[in-house]
Amino acid sequence: MTAALSGRTDATATGAARPHDVAAAPRRRPGRWIAAVALGLLCAGWVLSLWGNHNIDHTTIADFLFDGRIVQSVLLTVALTACSMLLATALAIMLAVMRLSENPVLRVVSWAYTWFFRGTPLLVQIVFWGYLGLLYEKISLGIPLTSVQFFSANTNVIVTPFVAGLLALGMNEAAYASEIVRAGLLSVDHGQVEAAHSLGMSPSYTLRRIVVPQAMRVIIPPMGNETISMLKNTALLQLIAVPELYTRASWISAQNLSQVELLIVAGAWYLVLTSVLSVPQYYLERRYGRGAHRSLPMTPWQQARQGVGRLRTRLARLTHVAPRNTRTETGT
Amino acid sequence: MTLQSHGGHRPLVQARGVRKQFGGLQVLKGIDLEVGRGEVLCLLGPSGSGKSTFLRCINHLEKVDGGRIYVDGELIGYREHASRAREMKPKEIAAQRRNIGMVFQRFNLFPHLTALENITEAPIGVAHRNRADARSRGMELLRQVGLVEHAGAYPAHLSGGQQQRVAIARALAMEPKLMLFDEPTSALDPELVGDVLGVMRDLARSGMTMIVVTHEIGFAREVADQVVFMDDGIVVESGAPSQVISDPQHERTRVFLDSVL
Repeated sequence: MTAALSGRTDATATGAARPHDVAAAPRRRPGRWIAAVALGLLCAGWVLSLWGNHNIDHTTIADFLFDGRIVQSVLLTVALTACSMLLATALAIMLAVMRLSENPVLRVVSWAYTWFFRGTPLLVQIVFWGYLGLLYEKISLGIPLTSVQFFSANTNVIVTPFVAGLLALGMNEAAYASEIVRAGLLSVDHGQVEAAHSLGMSPSYTLRRIVVPQAMRVIIPPMGNETISMLKNTALLQLIAVPELYTRASWISAQNLSQVELLIVAGAWYLVLTSVLSVPQYYLERRYGRGAHRSLPMTPWQQARQGVGRLRTRLARLTHVAPRNTRTETGT
Repeated sequence: MTLQSHGGHRPLVQARGVRKQFGGLQVLKGIDLEVGRGEVLCLLGPSGSGKSTFLRCINHLEKVDGGRIYVDGELIGYREHASRAREMKPKEIAAQRRNIGMVFQRFNLFPHLTALENITEAPIGVAHRNRADARSRGMELLRQVGLVEHAGAYPAHLSGGQQQRVAIARALAMEPKLMLFDEPTSALDPELVGDVLGVMRDLARSGMTMIVVTHEIGFAREVADQVVFMDDGIVVESGAPSQVISDPQHERTRVFLDSVL
């Protein structure tokens, strides 16, 4: 039995026994190679034009890339992004649930919030929060129309530039993110809610354990987008003097007059940060994709290894052109 | 098999004059029926006759507009104040539903959880059972429905018949007094129907009280203690299967059975 089988495989491999068999070789795509080479040359030319540009002082870039003040401001930018996204996400979930609630009061409140924060420019909101002290000298918590007061403080003490920036970015983002969360919640089949209810799960338990985990699959990709926007929007806080990356870079360049160099330093850091951000997003997507696919998608590392492997076989084939040609000929 | 006498026991399910309308359409026009403990009731009828709606009223997935439904003596979904019935709080309704298992036409398994996690989610999270106990009970239920080896599989990896059997195990994990089946085999490929009906047959033999909306006349004839034929929002005919299926008295029942058999 085994002997017979192996005999047959041999026959197929030679191609002689079955003249109609096609040795499936992929179509040749010379266009791809030409395009790749052309683009490579263009990129090289651009890099060289920067490298050899005497208007750019490369030592200044090198000096400031890991300058203490710059690194500190990078950390502040990351912290601002993380905190405002957390605030935005928490608010967004609340707003989305309110919007989908049966309670008309909650629905209107949620709608009004989105209407207001989406309807005014982010820049205006940032400046507004920065000047909050001009509007209210003191912030106090008490019962209105009585003299009862639990807490009171000077606005400028509580709402520091960092807090003002955090509130401005977070509350603005919440308005957009709430629509993303709402779309995610709506994407979960109503049968899921019915099944959960039929098992005796309360509405809040159903939301937490059944609906939200499934909605995450739809929510994460656009929220990743929003996080990257948020990271870049922190640069707007220069207006209220939050010492984040762009603010610091502009302060330094105001002193040493190396505007372009410090813009390159800041730009490079922003690019590094946004690139790093896509990694956790990928793993979050994998985590919440459980059960949605028949097999889990590959990690970027696995994909890269597979890509390299493919390229190597391709190259190996190119260097051994002869055997493939003979096979194609016997096939036709 | 004939209708069992309840021997002084109160029936487990009592429906009195249940009415329901969607928009201007009266879907249920006053349904009265009783299901004794350990009894299997099969609801037959053409589509749009209101049988699924009635089933969903029993665990308050649909709110009734009039009439009362009692399960084990408890009014479902409402609290009686003097002459009025006011709807309960969501938590109270959730507590009532823990005694009533339901199996859906489209399975509705939780796709982000494995078969076993689907079964143990409610016992652990809602009934606060010990995690290890819930898991071993879950495995036992999977064995009962013939799917132990699929405990770690996600619903997307299971066939329709397997999914429906997991869904039955999931409902049973809460140890309900009553099981509702809403056309449990209608979404299945014909060759998978038998497995699901087999599990339901075993469940009926074990003494579970069941209300089954179905088009499987053979199953109703074999397993049901009581068959109810509904059409256009009313109960047209009810009784033992030997009566309703084999010797229908009403023209509408006869026409329906002729079209299905």
